[in-house]
Amino acid sequence: MANVAVAVAEVVLEVADLCTDFAVGRQTIRVVDRVSFSLRRGQTTAIVGESGSGKTVTALSLLQLIEPPGRISGGTIRYRGRDLRPLDETAMQQVRGARIGMVFQDPLSSLNPSLRIGTQIAETLLAHERISSAEAERRAVELLVRVGVPDAAARARDYPHHFSGGMRQRVLIAMAIACNPEIIIADEPTTALDVTVQAKILRLLHDLQQAMGASLLMITHDLGVVAALADEVVVMYAGRVVERADVDRLFHAPLHPYTRALLDCAIGLDDDRSTPLTPIPGAPPDLRRRPAGCQFAPRCPVAIAKCHRLDPPLLPMNPGQDVACFVAQGDADG
Amino acid sequence: MAEPVQEETVPEETVLEAQGLSKTFAARGGRRGALRAVSDVSFTIGRAETLGLVGESGCGKSTLARLVLRLIEPDAGTVRFAGQAFTGAAPPRTRQMRRQVQMVFQDALSSLNPRMTVGTNIAEPMRLQGIGTERERQEAAQALIALVGLRPEHADRYPHEFSGGQCQRIAIARALILKPSVIVFDEAVSALDVSIRAQILHLILDLQQRFALGYLFISHDLSVVKRIADRIAVMYLGRIVEIGSSEAVYRSPLHPYTQALLSAIPVPDPRRMRVAALGVVEGEAASPLDASDLCPFRGRCPHRMPVCDETPPALLTTEAGHSVACFLHHPPRAAAA
Amino acid sequence: MVTTSLSEPAAEPNAEAIAAELGTVDAPVIATRRWRLAAFTRDRAALVASIFLLIVCAAAVLAPWISPYDPNVASGQLRFAPPLTPGHILGTDEQGRDMLSRLLWGGRISLLVGLVPVALASAAGLVLGLVAGYAGGIIDQLIMRTLDVLFAFPMVLLAIAIAGVLTPGISTEIIAIAVVLIPYVGRLARTATLGVVAMPFIEAARAAGASRTALLARYITPNVLPPLLVYATTLIGLMIVVGSGLSFLGLGVQPPTADWGSMVSEGREVLATAPFVTLLPGLVIVVVSLAFNFIGDGLRDALDPRSARR
Repeated sequence: MANVAVAVAEVVLEVADLCTDFAVGRQTIRVVDRVSFSLRRGQTTAIVGESGSGKTVTALSLLQLIEPPGRISGGTIRYRGRDLRPLDETAMQQVRGARIGMVFQDPLSSLNPSLRIGTQIAETLLAHERISSAEAERRAVELLVRVGVPDAAARARDYPHHFSGGMRQRVLIAMAIACNPEIIIADEPTTALDVTVQAKILRLLHDLQQAMGASLLMITHDLGVVAALADEVVVMYAGRVVERADVDRLFHAPLHPYTRALLDCAIGLDDDRSTPLTPIPGAPPDLRRRPAGCQFAPRCPVAIAKCHRLDPPLLPMNPGQDVACFVAQGDADG
Repeated sequence: MAEPVQEETVPEETVLEAQGLSKTFAARGGRRGALRAVSDVSFTIGRAETLGLVGESGCGKSTLARLVLRLIEPDAGTVRFAGQAFTGAAPPRTRQMRRQVQMVFQDALSSLNPRMTVGTNIAEPMRLQGIGTERERQEAAQALIALVGLRPEHADRYPHEFSGGQCQRIAIARALILKPSVIVFDEAVSALDVSIRAQILHLILDLQQRFALGYLFISHDLSVVKRIADRIAVMYLGRIVEIGSSEAVYRSPLHPYTQALLSAIPVPDPRRMRVAALGVVEGEAASPLDASDLCPFRGRCPHRMPVCDETPPALLTTEAGHSVACFLHHPPRAAAA
Repeated sequence: MVTTSLSEPAAEPNAEAIAAELGTVDAPVIATRRWRLAAFTRDRAALVASIFLLIVCAAAVLAPWISPYDPNVASGQLRFAPPLTPGHILGTDEQGRDMLSRLLWGGRISLLVGLVPVALASAAGLVLGLVAGYAGGIIDQLIMRTLDVLFAFPMVLLAIAIAGVLTPGISTEIIAIAVVLIPYVGRLARTATLGVVAMPFIEAARAAGASRTALLARYITPNVLPPLLVYATTLIGLMIVVGSGLSFLGLGVQPPTADWGSMVSEGREVLATAPFVTLLPGLVIVVVSLAFNFIGDGLRDALDPRSARR
């Protein structure tokens, strides 16, 4: 195959200054705040963050799946150089599924309980391609084989509740890749699964991505999943990108204090009762009452006065590593 | 305060002893057979000791927790606290013995009564046990609120006003108020974010040292269990397949299922493990409706031997404190002959 | 005692020991059940509705003293006197009876028929629903299947059947409506009970030694009651209408006694010539029903600690 990822692969999707707001009562809450990153061909980018960090809303914003009271309020989402934001719903429907496939966290509620699995996959195909329904059904079985559903021809006639959690997730993946998309977005695809099942799904996602030469955007809170899968990592905190780095740098030379704290909290298998626990004190900010300046400053062990006043910009520090932290950028207290 | 030095040297005092616990449920939806949720499970927990119980969904770990608390009555087997039988005790005695063991749930918010204030929620076990006056109960609740890291004024608020981590602190305070000797944590940190999880684990470990509590810490996450437990029991389809010190189970896992579980965990270090190195076991878990006593893992086991399809494996000790139910490690005498 | 044999006193999670160790423990704040009247009164619609209903109820109770005429006797020769006629502020009906007096006296019956059966049915439905939901098994089946049989009949038809067996009158009307409502309330109570029983805080209470009585009294009922109260409030308005329907069918209060519903039906023959005879009692029914609905909404917010308005 020619599409082996080279050192600098071509950018497929470029997100710049993406903002998404939600109206709550009279207030407008900015859930995604000036988020920028890009996806490269054949590579995996992970967005990692805790609940409320805006990682899922970011993923939904890419596909413009934000429903009122939510609204994408700024930024650009360039797919192969073309901004997707001005597209209307009909045009976006052609992008979703065909160009960008999405795998959701909860495989049961993402499937229609009253339709046979094969039919559901076939419908995705029929929505994007001019083929007969018999052809679509045949392709659906092929897809099930491809995602490792045993006895696929028979299973295609089953309903979602006949499938285990792991098998359902395989079905969702089959639907996501049905039209050979260039980008696969997976939002916490293994969070609801057992660890042995998770390992299989991660392997499957990785193998498919490699075979298709697609970009994978992995949304997760699990640093283990990030380490296993990602080429590049975007760390989000309170709706903002605090650090963006290639995976090795992120784990071995993190620059943002939040990234470091997060890594310290992660439990490795080498840890035991004697390992000191280093929790991050406090809690993430209430997005309705954001603090001024860096959102992590109130919990940050190295914050300086400036951090509490100004928003640190996301600036490149090393090749392949951007950070939004005054201290990491070399500011002294003043 | 308890003296930690003495704790380590003196042979551990057993606070909880479970012997041969079994529970079968009638299969739902007209399916034949019965669901063996827990079968013949035995373990002990010492004073100030944590037994971690790890297993995947449907392995029976939550049922086991409820058997220990007698929220469900076992079909067979006994639970003893400090040598005194809890199972089979008469109702008044049962109610009193409930002080010995309390539980912390996964979903902290829904484990608190939404219509009671935090203070009342925490004090509630004392009231149910008829201990103290209202004022004494509220004072005890106040002391615990401070102990778990909340503020005094939080007592007057309602649970829904708190975050997941704070709710778990409240639930832990409630679990402490009866001065139990054992606390069962059922996936107590599984729903929490990484940074909050570390805070709660810290609190849990701190409280254990302070009050010499015995913990049964149940989780699907082996890395969390390893982090907090002295000993680990691995459960698969209702049975303990391996039990031993955390170090032993982690360093030299004996049961093929434990090995599979360990190799499937993604390590948060890209230099040590990438996706291709993740271990993958073939097949899916067998149905717990399978009533056989044979090894429940044999259908997926890479080391399956003829004997696995003939004889049920016993949980036997291989070295000090490390037991496994697998013929790889103790060939059956009958079959070997 | 197991506890004492187990641990040295100092190593126990002893509140006093902890307090001593921490040095300071703030003065105990006695956690009280917050009275949520404030939340209720902040709901303007509910507040206005309550004041309005208080006035309506007071007027109905005080009808014998404040009504200007006998409601059942024609006063003078005036028939179909329009509203604002001197001496008859709301006019007179086809028999020349004073509308205001009839509305005041009719309110006594209509409000009684709205409130009492709903109260009775709520009490019975709550008990049945709690027992069915909590006991489960055969008891649940027995209660629910019985209620299902009642449920199978159309509401008004069942009321007619019950009222038909007994002698017509207000007590018959009340009993009939109460019986008809029990399955509705009972089902809601059972569903709510099942939801509460499945919550982990019930397990936590059981683990702390809660008896069945304590569970029902302190945990299940307080969580089942609020949705039931809200539902009952909205039923009151509806039952005023149903009660009127029964009267119309000759199964409730008998003419010439007035209730709001019978006033509406009496007026329908002259709807074209004197619409106010129908419209006035109709308007009263609509506004009173609405007021009860507003109170129901307000109660729901006030009774739920999770409501945003605090």
